[in-house]
Amino acid sequence: MPKTLFEKVWDAHVVQAADDQSPATLYIDLHLVHEVTSPQAFTVLRERGLRVRRPDHTVATMDHSTPTTPRGADGTIPVTDAVARKQLEQLVANCREFGIPLFELGTANQGIVHVIGPEQGLTQPGMTIVCGDSHTSTHGAFGALAFGIGTSEVGHVLATQCLLQNKPKTCEIRVEGQLQPGVTAKDIILAIIAEIGVGGGTGYVLEYTGSAIRSLSMEERMTICNMSIEAGARAGLIAPDETTFEWLKGRPHAPKGAAWDQAVAEWRTLPSDPGATYDHTVVLDANTLAPMITYGTNPGMGMPITGRVPSPAAQADHSQRIALDKALQYMGLEPEQALLDHPIDVVFIGSCTNSRITDLRAAADILRGNQVAPGVRVLVVPGSQQVKAQAEAEGLDQVFTAAGAEWREAGCSMCIAMNGDQLQPGQYAVSTSNRNFEGRQGRGGRTFLASPLTAAATAIAGRIADVRELLGVAV
Amino acid sequence: MEPITTFAGRAVALPIENIDTDQIIPARFLKVTDKAGLGDALFSDWRANPEFILNQPHAAGAKILVAGHNFGCGSSREHAPWALLGFGFQAVVSTYFADIFRNNALKNGLLPIVVDAATLDQLISMCAEDPDTLLSVDLEQQLLLLPDGRRVPFPIDAFSKHCLIHGVDQLGYLQAQAAAIAAYEARHPDRVNTLAAGA
Repeated sequence: MPKTLFEKVWDAHVVQAADDQSPATLYIDLHLVHEVTSPQAFTVLRERGLRVRRPDHTVATMDHSTPTTPRGADGTIPVTDAVARKQLEQLVANCREFGIPLFELGTANQGIVHVIGPEQGLTQPGMTIVCGDSHTSTHGAFGALAFGIGTSEVGHVLATQCLLQNKPKTCEIRVEGQLQPGVTAKDIILAIIAEIGVGGGTGYVLEYTGSAIRSLSMEERMTICNMSIEAGARAGLIAPDETTFEWLKGRPHAPKGAAWDQAVAEWRTLPSDPGATYDHTVVLDANTLAPMITYGTNPGMGMPITGRVPSPAAQADHSQRIALDKALQYMGLEPEQALLDHPIDVVFIGSCTNSRITDLRAAADILRGNQVAPGVRVLVVPGSQQVKAQAEAEGLDQVFTAAGAEWREAGCSMCIAMNGDQLQPGQYAVSTSNRNFEGRQGRGGRTFLASPLTAAATAIAGRIADVRELLGVAV
Repeated sequence: MEPITTFAGRAVALPIENIDTDQIIPARFLKVTDKAGLGDALFSDWRANPEFILNQPHAAGAKILVAGHNFGCGSSREHAPWALLGFGFQAVVSTYFADIFRNNALKNGLLPIVVDAATLDQLISMCAEDPDTLLSVDLEQQLLLLPDGRRVPFPIDAFSKHCLIHGVDQLGYLQAQAAAIAAYEARHPDRVNTLAAGA
């Protein structure tokens, strides 16, 4: 019977099959750990006298509560928040006690957990990958089954390398065609979420297919899979292909020599079989996509950048009407209002969605030789120390600082606003991150989600801008 | 975990759809290394408004939260169910829950009760009309009991139900599969070694 990519990865990891009384036990190949969702799990291990079953399948980093401020005279990044410092120290102590490798703050390989996994070649096709973080879906870009878990489950994986799981349904998201200039992977995923809604993927694993997906780089594929959770899907996968293999080859933890050839041969068997069926299919035309922007307080409230904010009165559903009304009140927006030229205070370029080298190159290409509008604060936050080093080697940091933007240390930064980087109440931001929830980027802060291209164009204008105008593309 | 069979308590309605975990507990409260005091941070930003439902006298001691569809979307933070439990809630009623939130809730003894849209609307109206609306839950029978005598069945997977009713610890259940896990590892070569030197 033909199988989907998801089914192949799932089946290969079943330790004990599900029955009427209990879910399947699934083996986990790679467990990524960070400071925020792990301390209470280590406490459980300690209370029960348990060890970490496979420290060699586990790796930790620091990203969420870490400052992205400049290094001190001694070359380290100072952590001035005492509560955050204690949490970071706790991670160091836990990793030491349980023998887990850790990329400490400021060291060469540290960065956002979903940037460093792929970067180090730890993320590979066909794997099961988990982390106490919902954006673990990012790793699905490699054809891995990767999903976020809670802290109890972090403890389960630490102790047993396994999880109890009910098998999700499958949904194919087929995107055919070719993106127009100024339109990016971020716009594809924002369009998908606007189409199916923030709950549309609940209970499903998504597989992104179609010619538009096939032609994307690995970084772009990660942007797409990253936001699967914003549609409610715990995981989103893309079949591995030559683009995947080429990107992975030579990375520190990628297989070497004969093992590489053997791995690639195995990975080539992963794509969904012809005739494999999905529980649901959604089709999108890439040719007609425009740059997208969100207007509301969840990632599903998105529209083409030239669009107008929808009217609560026009919503058929009572509950949607209330939700939209509440969102527009929070955002300080009026129904039928255009967002183009809406003034903004902050531009944030970063996060596990859009902080990789290609994102920074794209933003730098727009900012090069231009100036950030007066009064606008622009933060450019590389996803990892490796990305930072690469960007600096290419002189991108100079482009950003010359334009008047801040070039910062690697971390989650203003996407999560628990590390000192945050909006002030009432401020408007265009952000390349993944969530525009109320207060997500700082209490009272108001977020428009968009691509790095849109963010950079907006930084120059000081108002929400259509990057296609800068690029001289007919709209 | 304490076994859960039946419980009853006042219901509070939050008739908003897609309530995300950043609202349930904002990220600035996630810098802790334990679970203490998270109930105080529940819906912290919304509670800044004195009119907010959880600031009303009848919300004190409420055990059941009735919320719009897709409750708990967003991040994987288990601090969300910890905060709800810390406040005193034992169940959340909605038309559906975000997958990660539901998993996290069940592992902590916070019962996610799924009802249809019409029942949800009725519950919301009931809470609006009578702030002292009492609901009871019979997990064994999978029934939500309404003040008007209605008995609303709700679904729950057999394993979670068993764990909740008997106070079964899921980690212990997994540990008991040690032999099967070892056998799996013996059959499957490691796909990665994070400790590999020279990597």
